Amino acid sequence: MTQALDEIKIGGMGASRRRVEDNRFIRGRGNYIDDIVLPGMLHMEILRSPMAHARIRSIDTSKAWDIPGVRLVLTGEMMAARNLAWMPTLSYDTQAVLATDKVRFQGQEVACVIADDPYIAKDGCDAIVVDYEPLPVIVNPTQALATDAPVIRDDKVNQHDNVAFDWEVGDKEGTDRAFEQAHLVSKIKLHYPRSHPSPLECCGSIADFDRATSKLTVYMTSQAPHIVRAAVAMVAELPEHMIRIVSPDLGGGFGNKVPIYPGYVMSILASILTERPVKWIEDRSGNLISTGFGRDVYLDGELALREDGKILAVRMKTTSDHGAFFADAQPSKFKIGLMHSAFACYDIPYAHLSARGVYTTKAPGGVAYRCSFRVTEAMFFQERMVQAAADDLGMDQAEFRRINFVRDDDFPHRTPYGFLTDSGQYAKCLDVGLEAIGYAEFLKEKEEARKRGRLLGIGISTMTEPLGAGNSREYDILGIKMFDSAELRVHMTGKAILRTGAMNQGQGHQTTWAQIVAHELGLPADDITVEEGDTDTAPFGMGTYASRSTPVAGAAVSMVSRKVKAKARKLAAHLLEVSEEDIEWELGRFYVRSARDRGVSIQECAMAAYSNMPDGLEPGLEANAYYDPPNLTWPFGCYIATVEVDPVTGVWDVLRVVAVDDCGVRINPMIVEGQIMGGLTEAYAMANMQFITFDAEGNCVGSNFMDYLIPSAWETPGYELHEVVTPCPHHPIGAKGVGECATVGGPAAFVNAVIDALKGTGVRNIDMPLLPDRVYEALTQKHDVSGAPPVRTDN
Amino acid sequence: MYPSRFRYEAPATIEEVIDLLHDGGGEAKVLAGGQSLIPLMKLRFAAPELVVDINRLAGLDYHRVDPDGSIHVGALCRHADLERSVLLSSKQPTMAEAAPLIADPIVRTRGTLVGSLCHADPQGDWAAVVTALGGYVVAQGRDGRRTIPVDEFVSGPFQNVLAYDEIVVEAVIPPPTGTVAGGYLKLERRVGDFATAGSAVALELSGDVVLRAGIALTGVGASTINATNSAAVLTGRALTSEVIGEAADLAAVAAQPKSDHRGSAEYKRHLVRTFVERILTRVTETQQRAA
Ligand SMILES: Cc1cc2nc3c(=O)[nH]c(=O)nc-3n(C[C@H](O)[C@H](O)[C@H](O)COP(=O)(O)OP(=O)(O)OC[C@H]3O[C@@H](n4cnc5c(N)ncnc54)[C@H](O)[C@@H]3O)c2cc1C
Repeated sequence: MTQALDEIKIGGMGASRRRVEDNRFIRGRGNYIDDIVLPGMLHMEILRSPMAHARIRSIDTSKAWDIPGVRLVLTGEMMAARNLAWMPTLSYDTQAVLATDKVRFQGQEVACVIADDPYIAKDGCDAIVVDYEPLPVIVNPTQALATDAPVIRDDKVNQHDNVAFDWEVGDKEGTDRAFEQAHLVSKIKLHYPRSHPSPLECCGSIADFDRATSKLTVYMTSQAPHIVRAAVAMVAELPEHMIRIVSPDLGGGFGNKVPIYPGYVMSILASILTERPVKWIEDRSGNLISTGFGRDVYLDGELALREDGKILAVRMKTTSDHGAFFADAQPSKFKIGLMHSAFACYDIPYAHLSARGVYTTKAPGGVAYRCSFRVTEAMFFQERMVQAAADDLGMDQAEFRRINFVRDDDFPHRTPYGFLTDSGQYAKCLDVGLEAIGYAEFLKEKEEARKRGRLLGIGISTMTEPLGAGNSREYDILGIKMFDSAELRVHMTGKAILRTGAMNQGQGHQTTWAQIVAHELGLPADDITVEEGDTDTAPFGMGTYASRSTPVAGAAVSMVSRKVKAKARKLAAHLLEVSEEDIEWELGRFYVRSARDRGVSIQECAMAAYSNMPDGLEPGLEANAYYDPPNLTWPFGCYIATVEVDPVTGVWDVLRVVAVDDCGVRINPMIVEGQIMGGLTEAYAMANMQFITFDAEGNCVGSNFMDYLIPSAWETPGYELHEVVTPCPHHPIGAKGVGECATVGGPAAFVNAVIDALKGTGVRNIDMPLLPDRVYEALTQKHDVSGAPPVRTDN
Repeated sequence: MYPSRFRYEAPATIEEVIDLLHDGGGEAKVLAGGQSLIPLMKLRFAAPELVVDINRLAGLDYHRVDPDGSIHVGALCRHADLERSVLLSSKQPTMAEAAPLIADPIVRTRGTLVGSLCHADPQGDWAAVVTALGGYVVAQGRDGRRTIPVDEFVSGPFQNVLAYDEIVVEAVIPPPTGTVAGGYLKLERRVGDFATAGSAVALELSGDVVLRAGIALTGVGASTINATNSAAVLTGRALTSEVIGEAADLAAVAAQPKSDHRGSAEYKRHLVRTFVERILTRVTETQQRAA
């Protein structure tokens, strides 16, 4: 007789199972791109432009060719001869692979050298002589939109200015009318500085074209290997079945590894030309100065307010700086991503957003850095606007949010910009957070401290964000609809292999996906192998970013398990010699409804699938499932930080951070908590220290880890985590995305806390990062410190 | 991050090191902890033909206090040795406070104080500390040894006065004549960051009265700044709040900061002033508690 299993014991839903992948990672036995060595492999190094904007007069590669061990030198001209000098971006623009006419940002790829080892390749790069004719540099939207600004994208036929796009959404007339009726209009100008996902492992690829089989295998750092295969097939005009993309272990991605970069393309062409595997490993500066950045958006925000604090309408005007090529990774319908998901947790009748994107002579690639397509900017702007509005009204921060929240009984709810949210308990999350931080007591403590000259502050940030694109009706990337799939094969001894089209890069898919199967099928999670990343074996998927894996691929895992279970049920009926209708399921076993002790385990069904199947039933126990989500998932987060600002130096310390996350049902609570802590750390980094900026010559400041600061264990604050669970109504196991919530919602909590500490000094805003000198300037000059972080000079 | 081709030698005696440097004719570099030299080579900002690794030299990893009270730090004594030093925590507060603020734990396990002085980075912390303490280095060349006060040793940003075939064998802090006090404060944007600004204060006291004072500044000039005027107002006086304020103001005047992405010149000057004031105030508070 078999028995129902204890779900936690088999590592099912809700088990804080240890991460399977850590076993190899902590032993140094991971298999990252640079660990892969192929016989006869050559090495590629890239020569990058030192100038931000310049015409290329000539490139002399002769000295590089002369160096023993140099096998190939590629320039834009040679790429152009093969129609590969330009490639499409993920936002229907084009991007130079190797510059032909001009360089348009510092760090742009100008040539590459392929040699026997990377040292020789680097020597080769040093030997190339490029003659540049400098052109005026444009490092911000104001310069880009000036009437006399040179046209950066003179390669495009109909481009006569530096505007990449103009786009709008919302109800303009309704919004205008609501503003006319407002008791008070609260306005604020904000900038979300350029930041960089900076995964610890930079990008890289090994292209291996086999002339004998005509097959191209590319090992590469991609969060979306299937999209890459499709893109290579279309751009390089190679047959799709002759392309195999393999993403090995990824040392982080955070959105940086979604786009296709020139380095990948060059290594592919180099391998085709040399008929040898060609490895390209990007260095840190290369990664920081040339690959997908995040943010760099300016906001003019306005809230129309009623006297009692009710928000009547929102008006947002964004100007975003995309660099030299519009290469954002985002669904094709939306030019500024899902910026219009702003204010989704508030019940507001009218909203309008107008967005303008501009070209500058800076690196391209506005990727969703740990956020669902510009949602980080949306929620930061939202929560800074909310704080300013409450302050302008003289209302309590918590109370102002509470009266504007969408109520628990008001779902499904149409957001001000037209999304449909489906679930949540916003006020409850806020209450849990306020209780945990001791809100009332802190406000008193703050008053007391003020009297003794100490500056304490508290910042709240509450938001719901759209995670898990599709559905396929509205979301596509370059026309490919956003859904995912999974394949599950149960072997005869009851062990199984699961493959999905997602791509783990630290989220713990190997651990979590097995837990979903365990939950659905009762197979112990330890008995399930999870594989992703090889397009020859993994089923199709749109990859992992925008917190979409659990909402989409994870749902596919559930659905494929259910298909397998349906077949196992037939096998069970056969084994138990009853009809299918007479069979019941409890975790890990089928039993006869009328005789509970007569049952068979799922493992026995698996064996029967290979050894004792009924007549007419196809042998084997496997299935695949495609999942197209009916809607996005809408997790909610409430983040509260308290800080103390040193009034003399402007240095601020975090006292406490409370996070309340409602991401629906938690599959592996430990992994969820890890995601939240990591997200909060990135939030803290952006608020406190992180930015990439450019001086007047277009030099990138923040091109290495001495200047682009990653917080270490020393300065990272401690976090107190709490949860509320509102299951997602449409996800098969009630889960919502969570990977990015804290990165998205966190920054405003820290900034709001510092601004709160400065309340009464006349300072309404300091833009991120709140470096001590910026806080000091605000405190002593009693004015806002806004805009991109300046590179200060004395002249 | 691939350096240019170079020859590598790791001799076992100082004489061999000096001979190799001599033969290198100015194209050779000493490698100590490598925490400054190796990054420069990987970025190809430095491309020495010969690297002479001194890590195999025996007996240079010491730091000790001699009977006369002088402190000696050997060329292979690591930042981490000084950070964990019981000797420093009881005998030399300025050094003790600086050691854990150098870089991060990983860098500290390899980098050396002497290497830091030789590297002469205007943002290097040790140069300010040793300058404030009136220290000197002992250099050895083919003609034997000579001593060079640290504020003469550093001749400009990333420049020192060593001949190309000389190495520094140790740094020395002269014996104090009174009770030592002082400290080191620095603003870093995160652990492991170079200073936005830093102030080193070294005092020798007799009762309330300052017998000797040294104040030096990090990151606010083309090289380490010896704020002699600021130190001078302290000498022979007790640390009243007026005296402290005067010294702090003069330190800010001595600073020659440049505005950059770490902050404005004005802000850095303000930090220097604040740090000097805070260190000196702390000293008076300790005095009051002791009294
Ligand atoms: C991430 C990082 C952060 C850092 N942060 C800080 C910081 O906050 N504060 C700070 O002060 N420093 C910092 N440093 C620099 C660090 O302190 C270095 O250790 C130090 O500057 C050099 O010491 P070294 O032993 O590593 O010297 P090396 O790198 O080996 O040598 C540096 C230079 O000095 C010369 N040299 C070394 N020893 C001798 C000798 N005995 N005789 C003659 N010449 C010699 C070398 O030829 C070379 O030119 C940081 C370094 C890194 C990598």
